[in-house]
Amino acid sequence: MHRTLYRKLVDAHTVTQLDAQNVLLFCDLHLMNEYTSPQAFAGLDEQGRQVLVPGQNMAVVSHVIPTDPGAIRIIRDAAPALQASNLRKNCDQHGIPLFDTQDALQGIEHVVAPEHGMVRPGMVVICGDSHTTTYGALGALGFGIGTSEVEHVLATQTLVYRLAKDMRIQVDGLLPLGTTAKDLILMVIGHIGAQGARGHVIEFCGTAFDAMSIEARFTVCNMAVEAGARGALIAPDQKAADYVLARSADLIGPLQQVALQHWASLRSDAGAVFDVEHHFDASAVPPHVTWGTSPDQVAPIGGAVPDPETQAAGPLRRSTEQALRYTGLAAGTPLEGIAIQHVFIGSCTNARIEDLRAVAEVVRGRQVAQGVRAMVVPGSGAVKQQAEAEGIARLLLDAGFEWREPGCSMCLAMNGDILADGVRCASTTNRNFEGRQGRGAITHLMSPAMAAAAAITGTITDVRRLETPHA
Amino acid sequence: MREQHILSGKMAALAIENLDTDQIMPKQFLHGIDKAGLDKGLLYDLRFDAAGHPRPDFVLNRPERADVEILVAGANFGCGSSREHAVWGLQQYGIQAIIAPSFGEIFYSNAMNNQLLLVMLPEADIAQLMADADRLETAHVHIDLQALRVKSQSVDAAFSLSERHHRMQLERRDMIGLSLTYQADITHFAQRHWEAYPWLKDVALRTRQQLGATPRAQQPVRFGGKA
Repeated sequence: MHRTLYRKLVDAHTVTQLDAQNVLLFCDLHLMNEYTSPQAFAGLDEQGRQVLVPGQNMAVVSHVIPTDPGAIRIIRDAAPALQASNLRKNCDQHGIPLFDTQDALQGIEHVVAPEHGMVRPGMVVICGDSHTTTYGALGALGFGIGTSEVEHVLATQTLVYRLAKDMRIQVDGLLPLGTTAKDLILMVIGHIGAQGARGHVIEFCGTAFDAMSIEARFTVCNMAVEAGARGALIAPDQKAADYVLARSADLIGPLQQVALQHWASLRSDAGAVFDVEHHFDASAVPPHVTWGTSPDQVAPIGGAVPDPETQAAGPLRRSTEQALRYTGLAAGTPLEGIAIQHVFIGSCTNARIEDLRAVAEVVRGRQVAQGVRAMVVPGSGAVKQQAEAEGIARLLLDAGFEWREPGCSMCLAMNGDILADGVRCASTTNRNFEGRQGRGAITHLMSPAMAAAAAITGTITDVRRLETPHA
Repeated sequence: MREQHILSGKMAALAIENLDTDQIMPKQFLHGIDKAGLDKGLLYDLRFDAAGHPRPDFVLNRPERADVEILVAGANFGCGSSREHAVWGLQQYGIQAIIAPSFGEIFYSNAMNNQLLLVMLPEADIAQLMADADRLETAHVHIDLQALRVKSQSVDAAFSLSERHHRMQLERRDMIGLSLTYQADITHFAQRHWEAYPWLKDVALRTRQQLGATPRAQQPVRFGGKA
């Protein structure tokens, strides 16, 4: 029986098969935040139930934490402050490790967990947050769950798990200069659609991913959920092993050898059958930017806002019309040159050190355009420290960027970092939904380098035009 | 209303594609530590204008639609964020079922775990149901949970649920209680799993300790000991 990597991971974590569609799936690591877990802890208490294995759970205050520069991190509003203190209370009560508001390593859950070696190939990692697909970059099956499932995991360390179908997305060739993992995944989502991978776990393979850093792979797997995927996987290679070993003090000596041997087995068998397959060529992918209110409403930077009149009547045309109404863009408007007022560089998609290095490369020797407010929110305290040590923070500050404390921030704007009505934002986040960054605010998703270019010019800009400073 | 296996009530059409959970339950309503008051946030920006006044043209705001219990929606309803608040808000508002061509994955699980019924029907049926929903005199729909059938003035269609979801809908089961009946299997599985892959045991706790801080009230792993 030839098995896919996805199937191997599910089989290795199946406690028992419940019925034809569902298994009881053992979870290795459960991450929690302050806004999707409170009702789960309350439910446990109401039923008099305990947390079964506290040491496999970890919590981070990530969504509501303020990011004001340099400030002691005090949450001033009563409701989110209660969410944070309530998380601390619940973690204390149940012995669950926590990255609290004052912790120097504090940050976004999906940045903090892997950067300290908590995520390892072959794991099942879950979290009450849809972007848990990120961990596929390390060959771990990660996926988002709801609060009733958070409660289920706390009580049983398992999930009632509906089996997904297998999709393989093979991308060969190397991304051209100026094009990044973000552009590639935006292109893929644009092609297969926001529902294109619904019900499937995607395995990404091909030379494009082989060549990518782990951080770039995080970006790809993070956004797989925007194509509706229930999970994303990239088979772990030497790069993945090196990434994890460099961060795991416990994986030494003979144990390391056993682990490496196991990780090497984590790949789809030759001859394994996928329910759906897609092929793309990376070598011709230009930078991409979204024009609408769904991540699949995206086009190459040289493209234009589509004309709904040319689309067949039905859901596609309706959603285009809906998006254009919201974004205030006329059909046919070239993407390049659209004026922006705000730039947000952050989120679990693109707030890691490599992303900030890419931003610094573009910004070096340049200034943020007049009238543009540009914010950089590092993904974690560790990323922030690293960027400061490398001089990136100084460079960005000198160029006119705000350099803020880590957190989810304006990605979903739950922490007070929020855009005003009508403000147009170049954003490195994962979602351009209506109102996501503020009621009436308009989000254009793009890569960190493209967001940096937008900050410099004040308009959506092809970063490749800026490749050579002062040319 | 729901009586045993029959769900029957007034429907309203939301002809919007990809209605994500950010829109179903906006961020400003996610600051609670309980489930209370989420009906206020449901579809907030669609129901209310920037000044907080109800938009008279939005279907749910029409007086004769005050008792809507079933929504007919566009494709990919509930995509996006995993926030279960979206489901709680729909239920607190009085919504018993949603009929759409497709749903976001996490939303689907969340809804089923809370016994909010989701019915998937082909686009053609949805278009008919929306037409029925738009006229008040035909805006009544009847869902038979036992037979898995939806009936309105112009639609009579079968739908499917997984065996487990069908049972949870019919019997209104607590999912955790059901899973805890497997506790011995879980313990046995975990012991074998950690023998094979010892680096996965207590991975969060050990990492946190290596980083120089520990939870204040450490508790031993309960496996093998007394709960």
